[in-house]
Amino acid sequence: MRNIWTIAMREFKVYFTSPIAYIVLAMFAVVFGYFFTSGLAFFMDYSASVQAQGGAGAPPLNVNQFVIEPSLGNMSIVLLFLIPMITMRLFAEEQRSGTIELLLTSPLQDYHIICGKWLGALLLYGCLLLVAVLNLSVLFLYTTPDWKPLLVSLLGLLLMGGSMIAIGTFLSTLTRNQIVAGALTFGVLLLLWVLNWISSYETSTFSRICEYLAISPHFEQFSKGVIELKDLLYYLSAISLGLFLSKRSLEALRWKA
Amino acid sequence: MIQVEGVTKRYGPKTAVSNISFEVERGEIVGFLGPNGAGKTTTMRILTGFLPPTLGTASVAGFDVGKSPIEVKRRIGYLPESPPLYPEMEVGDYLRFVAAIKRIPKREISRRVDAVLERTATGAVRDLLVGKLSKGYRQRVGLAQALIHGPEVLVLDEPTSGLDPKQIIEVRGLIRSLAGEHTILLSTHILPEVAGTCGRVIIINEGRIEASDTPENLTAQLQGANSLLLDIEGPSEQVRERLELDLAVRKVVEHEARNGRTVWRVEADKDENLTRRLAEAVVTSGWGLYGMQSLGLSLEDIFLKLTSDESAAAQAEEVVPEPEAAESEPPADEGSESGEGADE
Repeated sequence: MRNIWTIAMREFKVYFTSPIAYIVLAMFAVVFGYFFTSGLAFFMDYSASVQAQGGAGAPPLNVNQFVIEPSLGNMSIVLLFLIPMITMRLFAEEQRSGTIELLLTSPLQDYHIICGKWLGALLLYGCLLLVAVLNLSVLFLYTTPDWKPLLVSLLGLLLMGGSMIAIGTFLSTLTRNQIVAGALTFGVLLLLWVLNWISSYETSTFSRICEYLAISPHFEQFSKGVIELKDLLYYLSAISLGLFLSKRSLEALRWKA
Repeated sequence: MIQVEGVTKRYGPKTAVSNISFEVERGEIVGFLGPNGAGKTTTMRILTGFLPPTLGTASVAGFDVGKSPIEVKRRIGYLPESPPLYPEMEVGDYLRFVAAIKRIPKREISRRVDAVLERTATGAVRDLLVGKLSKGYRQRVGLAQALIHGPEVLVLDEPTSGLDPKQIIEVRGLIRSLAGEHTILLSTHILPEVAGTCGRVIIINEGRIEASDTPENLTAQLQGANSLLLDIEGPSEQVRERLELDLAVRKVVEHEARNGRTVWRVEADKDENLTRRLAEAVVTSGWGLYGMQSLGLSLEDIFLKLTSDESAAAQAEEVVPEPEAAESEPPADEGSESGEGADE
């Protein structure tokens, strides 16, 4: 555990000694801020019109449903672009600079290295979530959103991000070129993103499999505050698969190095 | 301390290392000499557990590299050809990180970092970013990294490549100062380098071990000496006396016993007719001559191949014992950097 933590902390710090963390955080803050602001504007406008129609007797609109849910739901689109930027360097850079030799000749197990790097990237991703929470916390000043579904959404986002990072980690072991790793990750994540589109037009087994494999539909229940076992299992399997493939790829690296 | 037995490494159809075996005793400094692409880096990577061998076994400090890699890695300090440095870290932080992944207990890390910084004279750059360091300092930080966990065995892959003459002297001095506490295997393609630092030299070429001897003996052979193996059936004492009778012969030693015969190693001055004369001598004495092999010549051939652009530097060292003169091989170093790919 200490080994994993050592690797993770190094990765995390490197994000902040290079421009990556600042670029990712700034981009995210701007885009999420925009989502949140526009969501809030819509909510104010809509609730004003509902009040006007229904009079004072109408029940107040739910902030969770109208502001938090859509903002966090949109956030996953931003991840599509930001995750490859976070993960592309993880192994590609080590291979290019030769520092992978230090890691692989140190008394570490492969999984220490892989989990450490994944965790390091996840910590940076956690910072993005903090930015989102910072935005949303403004709501608590003026109204009383339900915080439990919010927590579940955050857990969902953490799992979804973790899956995406695991996939990115694996793809980064395949090449010594960061751009290639980043492009591959973006391509694969995009594919996983749009995989469920087919199910809107077709109901064959194939399209149902596609829908299950797609990464975003599994977040829907989380965003409503519902933890479903199949979604939980999907993300946990995606993370395990990504990390497992990374391990195999790291072993292959030794054979072909 | 290091045992390599019948190790072969193939990359697809290409054989990088072919059935090599050698041993390194505790406290020895052994030089691994060979041209680029000879298999030095591959052998070292196998020893450090970075690469698995295709065939054969290697063990370090009694632990098999394949079976207990973690135990081996704890006992080895490895400086790859290009030091594995993270340019975006400060030297001190980098060493703390290495110390942690080498499994040094937390409370000891600071002490160890201070110790290696002092040892490698890198204290002055402690707070600098690794990426800003000069080549000489990078090499030293690389060494510090290899030393930090107090390994029994040090494996250094071309520790002086790409350095200027002054830095080369410093790094060599540093390596010499490490002798005794550590068993050291270092690779190079420069002959004077091993002459200056190593107690024994293993010459490797095209994936095979060609010779293993002290630098003095190798240098003697280089300077026109000639060495023969003679497989003779006959009474030992008389054979020895007869062989020593030849004027060119300097030394006769029993090399090995084979099927009741003795293989003699004869060291002699360079003499074109020596082989013929010795053969005649053996046959006219009525003994059986089962084989004759010229060692010195092939060794010299290897050396020429190995050190074609190095021999001038080697001779300069012989004539002028000033270290500065001996270290004047940077041009050769530069030539080497372009061709390293074959080793990978």
